[in-house]
Amino acid sequence: MIEMLDYAFMQRALLAALLVGIAAPAVGIYLVQRRQAIMGDGIGHVAMTGVAVGFLMNGNPVWSAVLVAAAGAVAMELVRWYGKTRGDIALALLFYGGMAGGVMLINLAPGGSTAKLLPFLFGSLTTVSPSDITAIVLLSAFVLAVCLGLRRQLFAVCQDEEFARVTGLPVRLLNLLLAITAAVTVTVAMRVVGLLLISALMVIPVAAAQQVAKGFATTLALAVGIGVAVGLAGTTVSYHADVPPGATIVLLAIGVFAVVTALSLPLARRRAALAERRTGGDPDARARREDASVPS
Amino acid sequence: MKVEDPVIALRGATASLGARPVLRGVDLTVEAGETVALLGENGSGKSTAVRAVIGQVALTGGSLELFGSPLRRFRHWRRVGYVPQRSTATGGVPATVGEVVSSGRLARRGLRPLGRADRAAVAHALEQVGLADRAGDSVEELSGGQHQRVLIARALAGEPDLLIMDEPLAGVDVGSQRVLADVLRAHTAAGGAALLVLHELGPLAPVISRTVVLRGGRVETVDDPERLHDLACHPPDAAEQEPAAPHAPKIETGLLT
Ligand SMILES: Nc1ncnc2c1ncn2[C@@H]1O[C@H](COP(=O)(O)OP(=O)(O)OP(=O)(O)O)[C@@H](O)[C@H]1O
Ligand SMILES: [Mg+2]
Repeated sequence: MIEMLDYAFMQRALLAALLVGIAAPAVGIYLVQRRQAIMGDGIGHVAMTGVAVGFLMNGNPVWSAVLVAAAGAVAMELVRWYGKTRGDIALALLFYGGMAGGVMLINLAPGGSTAKLLPFLFGSLTTVSPSDITAIVLLSAFVLAVCLGLRRQLFAVCQDEEFARVTGLPVRLLNLLLAITAAVTVTVAMRVVGLLLISALMVIPVAAAQQVAKGFATTLALAVGIGVAVGLAGTTVSYHADVPPGATIVLLAIGVFAVVTALSLPLARRRAALAERRTGGDPDARARREDASVPS
Repeated sequence: MKVEDPVIALRGATASLGARPVLRGVDLTVEAGETVALLGENGSGKSTAVRAVIGQVALTGGSLELFGSPLRRFRHWRRVGYVPQRSTATGGVPATVGEVVSSGRLARRGLRPLGRADRAAVAHALEQVGLADRAGDSVEELSGGQHQRVLIARALAGEPDLLIMDEPLAGVDVGSQRVLADVLRAHTAAGGAALLVLHELGPLAPVISRTVVLRGGRVETVDDPERLHDLACHPPDAAEQEPAAPHAPKIETGLLT
């Protein structure tokens, strides 16, 4: 168990998994709140073109992926503002365009083939290079600064956009910042989890946490906790069982989701019973208990 | 702001939603210390007028000034507290009552973190709407009327000079309506102004200084305070205590009244 830490590549993989486990749910919670859980998936597709551009220019694909994914995320945000009609078609074009562009460009790169994209699609432990880890640490710091530092502002914007505008918050700026942060998170995560699976790590820990949490702050804390746990556990299992890390992490997250779902019902019942005793069974509390016992 | 500037000055406002003209020349003035009720049947343009006032619906004609500044140059959004009609305040993630009401303080804090004064204002706002003991509960566990009171508290938390509420009484019980009347009375006594979209004045009647009735995107009638006085003294639920004056104006706001 501990001997895996002797390998430098495993140290890097675990550090990357830890950062991804924190960053992905921290961004994902805002996307889920805005009912745009699928956005991470779209950015992942667009980032494929960015990875291919990196190969084409013989540079580090992380940085080119950040740029292209951020451009794609900003484009999605613009579609949301202006594209009142058929916004879904515009998004679909962006998704498929990103994927097709990636496959096309990678085959144009010297010595490139679609196979070179695979580790980026599903994640791989051995591909996190020392220069990658620098990029991942810097980018994660940016993501966390935005998602935690501006959490009240982002919460207000994602909860009730019109109200946020009337309070004078720079709503457009915050929305763009969130889109770019989501794009950055996708690229941070692509080495370990993979572009096609990263959206799962943004959404599933949040979905699990919100079944037992009452508020936004507790949901955020729990989701990050789950993200870190499945990130580290998945990477470890992946090393020992020699299975792809991205798939392992996502399957673990789904397992956590299932367990939390199973536990949340008795928990809600007990909480309601406690509230009942506290309030002496007033009709208000009784109504709440009935609400809480309906699985949502 | 000069003392004589009205808080809201909407002149000859026209606006469209989609291709449809919804406001066809609305004049609306609210002075400091006034509580103006905007009435009218469903679809008459009340919400659109209110959303135009807060800059959320673009005017195609006419002019709008808030606290003496044209909308384009108005920056003091902390002075405005807004309660939307249908709650858009339900995200895909649970939020507590306290968290939702706290977002009302962001007008004052901007991008800075909240401090002790902010927490005190949130607690006070929750007390005003009678939800102090529910601060830690999820908003999804509230009834419709309680949820409405959370949105009122969110607007109050910012301690605004102008309160704009789109049907704040919807689903709110009579006791809480009276509490809102007290809140408004204190608010205007301190020099604040309020613009309320209502269907019936109910317990708020005594605090309303003027009513403006919209019909088809135009102002149909403006009732002055003297005519309203009768109505204020004889709100519908006080009818059994005092017989209504024979000439009390009946404000018809819709098909059901
Ligand atoms: N998004 C929209 N696109 C086009 N027309 C709209 C839109 N929203 C509202 N309308 C129309 O604008 C008119 C005014 O709507 P508004 O919401 O201002 O009415 P209201 O007076 O607030 O009604 P209510 O009492 O039901 O709240 C209505 O006739 C409505 O059909
Ligand atoms: Mg309305």
